[in-house]
Amino acid sequence: MLRYIVQRLLLMIPTLLGVAILVFLMLRLMGGDPVEVMLRGEGANVPQEIIEAERVRLGLDKPIVVQFGRWLGGMLTGDFGVSMWTGNPVSHEIASRLQLSIQVAVMATILAVLLAIPLGTLSALYKDTWIDHLIRVVSIAGLGIPSFWLGMIIILLLLSYFHWHPPLTFTPLLENPRENLLQLIWPALAVGYRYSSVATRMMRSTLLEVLQEDYIRTARAKGVYERLVVTRHALSNAMLPVVTVVGLEFAFLIGGLVVTEQVFNLNGIGKLFVQAVARSDFTMVQSLVLLVAVFFIVVNFVIDMLYAWLDPRIRYR
Amino acid sequence: MNPSQSNPQDEPLPLGALAQAAHAAPAMTLPGAIQVDYRIPKRRHPLVAFMRQQPLGTAGLLIILLMVLAAIFAPWVAPYDPLDVDYAGLLAPPSPEHLLGTDNFGRDVLSRIIFGSQTALAVGFLSSLIGSTIGAVIGVASAYFGGITDLIIQRLMDIILAFPIIVLALAVVAVLGKNVIFGIDWNLIMAIGLPMIPKVARVVRSSALSIREMPYIDAARTAGFSHVRIIFRHIVPNVVAPYLIMLTAFVGQAILLEASLSFLGLGVTEPTAAWGLMLSGSAIDFYEQAPWMIVFPGVAISLAVFAFNLFGDSLRDWLDPRIKI
Repeated sequence: MLRYIVQRLLLMIPTLLGVAILVFLMLRLMGGDPVEVMLRGEGANVPQEIIEAERVRLGLDKPIVVQFGRWLGGMLTGDFGVSMWTGNPVSHEIASRLQLSIQVAVMATILAVLLAIPLGTLSALYKDTWIDHLIRVVSIAGLGIPSFWLGMIIILLLLSYFHWHPPLTFTPLLENPRENLLQLIWPALAVGYRYSSVATRMMRSTLLEVLQEDYIRTARAKGVYERLVVTRHALSNAMLPVVTVVGLEFAFLIGGLVVTEQVFNLNGIGKLFVQAVARSDFTMVQSLVLLVAVFFIVVNFVIDMLYAWLDPRIRYR
Repeated sequence: MNPSQSNPQDEPLPLGALAQAAHAAPAMTLPGAIQVDYRIPKRRHPLVAFMRQQPLGTAGLLIILLMVLAAIFAPWVAPYDPLDVDYAGLLAPPSPEHLLGTDNFGRDVLSRIIFGSQTALAVGFLSSLIGSTIGAVIGVASAYFGGITDLIIQRLMDIILAFPIIVLALAVVAVLGKNVIFGIDWNLIMAIGLPMIPKVARVVRSSALSIREMPYIDAARTAGFSHVRIIFRHIVPNVVAPYLIMLTAFVGQAILLEASLSFLGLGVTEPTAAWGLMLSGSAIDFYEQAPWMIVFPGVAISLAVFAFNLFGDSLRDWLDPRIKI
């Protein structure tokens, strides 16, 4: 197992490096000189000497490889640079918003898993009956409905029936748990619907596949109760691909949040990202993109570990 | 098949000695014996066959056709000009004159939805076509050349896959800015198509890999055919099915992505009629007065994506159920 972990960790390095290079090149491709954008952005008349001095100060006069090395080195020591819009350190801006986004993502995941496992199982067990058809239509619809629009509809309904407005300020979980959950359950629901649809479809198709296996037939032939066949024999094996999908979707949830946070007026990572793109705050954009990509790679790694732990065959391959 | 045997009447057609014997000796047929149907399976037009086997996919296809027709004939179908501002009738609720109401500029919501289908379909089809085609080319090349080429390409694809779709699209929009030619923002199309490339490349690569091992590829190589000829004559026809499936499936995703980007104000811009754009900005401010401004464009997006997903799913089941989208 240890060897497997080390092997997987080493495999992460080229991908991480590649992601960093891509993000760095993207910044270079953005065209224009960041210093010019920063100092002459609003048409201010800044003398050329100051621009040059700033370039030297930021190390932009060095060769591109040196710049890349510095950037990489800075990140390893936790220095992500300074936001070109607010002037605050990027890491500080991100950290203050991370809690909210992660909480919504975790809530959406819990919601999705709680919905997907029973629904997917029911759908598979009652294949081609009205239960199955209903669940399938609901989950295909979930793939098509934009989560931000679902969020708007939820707000619309809450507004007309309970006169509830999305609050203007965010209440942290530890300060007032009830208030906090009431505030975040709706965005979690809006992104969780799509999430649960993906997981439900995966649950259904893998369970159907597993139920065809020989050992299920053997178990049934031995006279094992159907309930036990499903829960012990089939579900435990059908869970693996579902774990993958749930993990990958969790990593990509930040994407769903990018739009939904706008609707619910939540000041999270997603909103920060959209603002940064709209304001051409390149340092912020690159840090966020890198953060999300690294997060995805780490989640992938965790899934692999989980797989190896759940299925010993993988470790010994 | 011998043409004289074709039988339009659908009657049981005796075929072969066994059938002949059964007819010659009726005494041997016991009451209640298994009836064997010797009819030649009728050769249906593929479209008819698809419609019979995949009713859900057909429903999706019908919705898509309806959308395409609405987009083509928009100037004739739409009751108003989508850009027509009417300050006398701001935020009018649905009525016989304005079936789906008007927005905060007095523009007819129904007309804007009908014209919005042009934007959705154009962006959806173009980005999906470009993304899938580049992906397919990369996938085939990666599988055919193998070795170090394959390794490098696959690592590159892994890197692109590490970005959430919308984050990647937003980053590309931020980097490239706008580039409008023929009324279409090609950078937006690239931004939406780019995240599809690695996914298509993966699926096409795995299909092409199994083809590469076939003896006829070896035969073609031995015969001294060029790489180009082998790829286009022998490999490409075999990866058309996964390519088409991915292409269809991604049109829906592209429409969704375009709507999300436009909603954020970073995709299609005013005054063009686009569904995501209709939901952005002012629509949120008029939640209470004009819920129709929010409800109907969202229904249009959902229905379009739903239709393409349904059709894509069925197409996959029909062409090659093993492909994971």
